[in-house]
Amino acid sequence: MTQFLSLLLNGISLGVLYALIAMGFVIIFKASEVVSFMHGSLLLLGAYAIARLSGPLGFFPAILVALLITGAAAIVVERLIINRLRGAPVISLAIVTIGVDIILLTELIRRIGSDILNVPHPWGGDSFQLGAVGISQNRLIAIGVAGVLIALFFAAFKYSNWGIAMRASAEDGETAALMGIRQGQVSALAWVIAGVLAAVAALFLVGSPTPGVTPSAYAVALRAFPAAILGGLDSVGGALVGGLLIGVAEALAAGYQDQLLFLGRGFSAVVPFIVMIVVLMFRPSGLFGTKELTRV
Amino acid sequence: MSEATATRGRGASRAETRRSGAPQRRRLITLLLVVAALVVMLLLPLYVPEFWLRTGFAVFGAVVGAIGLNLLVGTTGQLSLAHAFFLAVGAVSYVYVSGESGGIGIADLSGLGLPPVIGMLVGVLLAGLAGLLFSPLAARLRGIYLGVASLALVFIGVHVLNAWTSVTGGFNGRSAPEFSLFGFTFGNTDPDLFVLGVPFREAERLWYLGLVLALGAYLFARNLLRSRPGRALQTLRDSEVAASVMGVNVQGYKARIFLVSSMYGGLSGVMYALSIGSIAPESFGLEVSILYLAMIVLGGLGSVNGAVLGALFVSALPLVFQRYADAIPFVGGQGEGGLAAGEAARFLFGAAIVLVILFEPAGLAGIARRLTRRGGGAGGRATSPPGDAPSRPTSPDPSEKPAQGSPT
Repeated sequence: MTQFLSLLLNGISLGVLYALIAMGFVIIFKASEVVSFMHGSLLLLGAYAIARLSGPLGFFPAILVALLITGAAAIVVERLIINRLRGAPVISLAIVTIGVDIILLTELIRRIGSDILNVPHPWGGDSFQLGAVGISQNRLIAIGVAGVLIALFFAAFKYSNWGIAMRASAEDGETAALMGIRQGQVSALAWVIAGVLAAVAALFLVGSPTPGVTPSAYAVALRAFPAAILGGLDSVGGALVGGLLIGVAEALAAGYQDQLLFLGRGFSAVVPFIVMIVVLMFRPSGLFGTKELTRV
Repeated sequence: MSEATATRGRGASRAETRRSGAPQRRRLITLLLVVAALVVMLLLPLYVPEFWLRTGFAVFGAVVGAIGLNLLVGTTGQLSLAHAFFLAVGAVSYVYVSGESGGIGIADLSGLGLPPVIGMLVGVLLAGLAGLLFSPLAARLRGIYLGVASLALVFIGVHVLNAWTSVTGGFNGRSAPEFSLFGFTFGNTDPDLFVLGVPFREAERLWYLGLVLALGAYLFARNLLRSRPGRALQTLRDSEVAASVMGVNVQGYKARIFLVSSMYGGLSGVMYALSIGSIAPESFGLEVSILYLAMIVLGGLGSVNGAVLGALFVSALPLVFQRYADAIPFVGGQGEGGLAAGEAARFLFGAAIVLVILFEPAGLAGIARRLTRRGGGAGGRATSPPGDAPSRPTSPDPSEKPAQGSPT
């Protein structure tokens, strides 16, 4: 039971991080109809920037700069490429982000090489005991920070001008434009927020229990894809639920891997995708996604 | 892209009216060029060193895979990132069915030891079966949901490759048996073969095998696109509603194109195993799917010729970079400050994908078409027969036309 609770807690901490990334996917999709396949390299960029800058700048300034860099990278892509392709088919837009992803990822992997870059989190690698249930301090702080960010995000999405503009243009782009909503701005802001959220997730994902920044951080963002998809690509709440679901499922599969050994070692990394396929079999638009209706 | 297509369509019909005076001559020139290209391909092993022939076989394999993926993504509009998975199914089946049982190191491998031809057939069929099994799910998913769901297959596939050691060889992989056809092996000896004094060894023999397979795959896809099912698939891409109103069985066609595309993938996987001589999980990861996507985007979505060009470009470039690393600026060996060959190639692909989608959505095929137009219409394209009504734009790939009946 203690093991289960501890795995559950760890799963939730992983889940909120997935949720941060997945929310990025969702708002990008809502704002500009793009499924961003470059999120993995954005995340890696954030992690790399934190690791490289925390030496010369100190830890907290480095985080700030890394958030800026990642946000800037996202907005550059949006302005230079996505914005010019407004109205292109979803598939072309997805493929163009794959192109950007190849460039960014190749450069980052070249720079990181086979090293493991260490990120000097001030909270270190200690673990925190809550009765018999243990969790690394890094992950505990992650739950706190991500929780606050997610709450802020929901509030902004509901009440701020940007949130309203964004929901309006996702609902009906043309009408929103006629009402004076500048879609370029909405979309640019969505990309920046998504980039920053990915960098925040990166900050905690490269801390304990993970050893540090390696190119494998890239794969984490790919596992957040199922989170966004199974929640429904156009539902922000779905991203949160999906993230938690995926995180807990993965943590449980990793924790009970001895019992699951017949499925092969390292099975937990595949669990998010299996959960996604199972959900999609029954609900093709995800749990909370808008069902596509076609009227003739 | 619909706007761009429309513009291109107009341009095409203008060119068509200007050119329709001498379709007979064009056809003859096209025929001559095709024959010349074939003769060159057939004679190449007599003159070209082994490196190029091996590269050539790898390219033929990629051509088959790219044509298959293009039928699915380009023609039918079903984004799939699962191509690496189907390649893996083909390659593993071939190695398992034709490989011998036995142990390499600690791994205890099993194999059926059947003739390689059967291995190849089983590889293609099993890959097709895998595609067919996935298609009910695929048919329910729209657009981008399908793209991400297909991502799952790749990760599951790599996991299975790593875990199912007795069949796949696990993490280290296992070697692929030599191909042979009715007693004639595609290896270095047995029988020793000399043609015009040139020893025909593995590379030369595989070259011809690849040429035949790629040519077959090419012709099949071209004919498919021009047939009734081909039109149906293109209508499906442009509008599912329109397609079903026209009487196209949407689910049925989606399932069938998945079958065909994954069979192409399976064949390409078998050819990959033959070209490398072994299989390993890392050869079938997400990068492979992305590279295949890069091929068809660079070549031109929906165009068979484009898939060939894209496959040639994407699969040959890293090898060429590797070989001529010294001669190309900025590309050097690893650790010498320059870019490694693979890295340089990947930068180039990435940039090329972005540029193609921004500026030339029809890809290399589109560029080639424009060049041949400018050259006074003496291009080397197999176009539609001269009897065709002049109002129909002749493009080498029917998918370039707005599908009949689609609300444009």
